Amino acid sequence: MDIQTWTFILVGLSFALYIGVAIWSRAGSTKDFYVAGGGVSPFANGLATAADWMSAASFISMAGAISFLGYDGSVYLMGWTGGYVLLALLLAPYLRKFGKFTIPDFVGDRYESSTARVVAVVCAIFVSFTYVSGQMQGVGIVLSRFLEVDATTGVLIGMGIVFFYAVLGGMKGITYTQVAQYCVLIFAYLVPAIFLAIQMVGTPIPQLGLGASLADGTPLLDKLNGLHAELGFASYTGGSRATVDVLFITAALMVGTAGLPHVIVRFYTVPKVRDARRSVGWALLFIALLYTAAPAVAAFARTNLLQTVSDQPYESMPEWFTKWETTGLVVFDDLNGDGRIQYTGPDAAVANELEVHKDIMVLANPEIAGLPSWVVGLVAAGGLAAALSTAAGLLLVVSTAVSHDLLKRTFRPSISEKGELLAARISAGVAVCIAGYFGINPPGFVAEVVAFAFGLAASSFFPVLLMGIFSKRMNRAGAISGMLVGISFTAGYILWFKFLHPELSTPENWWFGISPEGIGTMGMLLNFLVAGVVHQLAPPPSPAIQQLVEDIRVPKGSGPAHEIEA
Amino acid sequence: MPDATPPEDSPRRHALDRPPAGGLSAEKRAEYWRRNLRLVLSLLVVWAGVSFGCGILLHDWLDQWHMPGSGFPLGFWFAQQGAMLVFIAIVFFYAWRMNKLDREFGAEED
Repeated sequence: MDIQTWTFILVGLSFALYIGVAIWSRAGSTKDFYVAGGGVSPFANGLATAADWMSAASFISMAGAISFLGYDGSVYLMGWTGGYVLLALLLAPYLRKFGKFTIPDFVGDRYESSTARVVAVVCAIFVSFTYVSGQMQGVGIVLSRFLEVDATTGVLIGMGIVFFYAVLGGMKGITYTQVAQYCVLIFAYLVPAIFLAIQMVGTPIPQLGLGASLADGTPLLDKLNGLHAELGFASYTGGSRATVDVLFITAALMVGTAGLPHVIVRFYTVPKVRDARRSVGWALLFIALLYTAAPAVAAFARTNLLQTVSDQPYESMPEWFTKWETTGLVVFDDLNGDGRIQYTGPDAAVANELEVHKDIMVLANPEIAGLPSWVVGLVAAGGLAAALSTAAGLLLVVSTAVSHDLLKRTFRPSISEKGELLAARISAGVAVCIAGYFGINPPGFVAEVVAFAFGLAASSFFPVLLMGIFSKRMNRAGAISGMLVGISFTAGYILWFKFLHPELSTPENWWFGISPEGIGTMGMLLNFLVAGVVHQLAPPPSPAIQQLVEDIRVPKGSGPAHEIEA
Repeated sequence: MPDATPPEDSPRRHALDRPPAGGLSAEKRAEYWRRNLRLVLSLLVVWAGVSFGCGILLHDWLDQWHMPGSGFPLGFWFAQQGAMLVFIAIVFFYAWRMNKLDREFGAEED
């Protein structure tokens, strides 16, 4: 069977599985819809969180990015996992004890302020839409490349699937579908990785393969460093970014991860505080299973690519090369007219003639390595699972923000349970359509807005939650002024360098050499500083609030989430 | 900071309709919280040590050695795999230790 038939079969089977799970677990109440009734086991919640977290970016782009960045790509590995330590130690158990449905719930109640609640809602919606349009685009890329339907049809199919289980099932449907999606995506990621590891270094464990030796006895990483030096690229294991920038980007990604609304809400779905603690551990373990394999896949792909194309005649390129050329993700320009491909780095004497987009590394890897066609189809199904599971989680945050935080808690407190559930479903439906629109007509700045999402989460949500839990003295004035300063500083810096003056975005112009990707860390520090000073000038919060803070610090007395509706 | 007395009238929030902090005495709560903070801080030191320390600041220096029996330069290994493995250990250790502390103080959920 050819690649396309395999892809149809595997993608079709996986979609049928998701729909089956969604029908079996549809939501009957707002608690089912928002937090899956609060009855998900920590293990299942860990699986669901991992699928929710690992997006098209993790599945499709991350290994590719590491492949081109080498050591510098470590910021994603440490940043996107280190955040879970902060989540487990500083946020998840306390927010679970607090026991409401959303971040805006906590912010609004803890600081007794509708303004703070609305600011949090707006941030949550912005961050979620930023992310979700990237997912829909990922769905479009995968479907159009492997099924050869056009990208628009691809996005429409994806929208249909997400609509079905997010709108019907709410958090309950999403959670159990995500468990299935995790299994599909991790299998799809590891199978080609294992094949590659056996092929290149003779070990079936890709994580260990990264440190293993090639058939001729040279360690893989030494071989790669040698190839890089020869072709004028920066050392693969050494990297080329300034240390201070690596530090700030890693910290911003960690803190941003811990502050992302669609991740935090997952820990409201487990029955007890101790489950929340353990659940973060499971989530991190399942995420790390893919994240420790990614650098191995990156190094295998890099070595394969360099050996396949470097200084080879263009005429002898394999089929995958010309196939990806038609998508514009591989571009060859024979500058010196010798008919061979000179693929070189910035330090080489010969001009570079080849551009390879990072997103194709994972998708094209099985073809580059000549793996069987069912593996290629499997990768397509895995990429779709990653994109759809993340999209669904984000859409739920948007619909909860609208129906619960805005309608129920701010504008129409009298709304009935049935009315709220209907509003949640309608807003999820509308959100799917808007996300689909952005997937079909992607704004040219998806990559830039992702820096925005993490920057905003790092400079606003994380500090405001942390101070709300760990300081009884922190009050409305401190929290709001901190958030405003943190957000405006971070947003201003990113807007300046990413949108208004992208030509100035070079290390010489950055403050202290910190790139816009890492500035969220600075925004967070400013937030803490301003809040720390301002809160001293205003009276402490009311005794009821201090009591609330005392209460969330001790697990005892937490009810199941569905019994503590206000 | 002195502990706030629970308000007499029934407040609007659910948390206050129940006995505060599961009915633990103020001294017990303070001690429980102090032990929690000490554990959290020590684990955060480890967290920062393996990532910001070994993975970033000491990366170049550590790269002069290899992981025994493999081709991993040590600093590079911390940055791309080692830090993550330690993160997992930290989270599970915290969950285990805190769940034990909860029982010790009678602070666990029923």
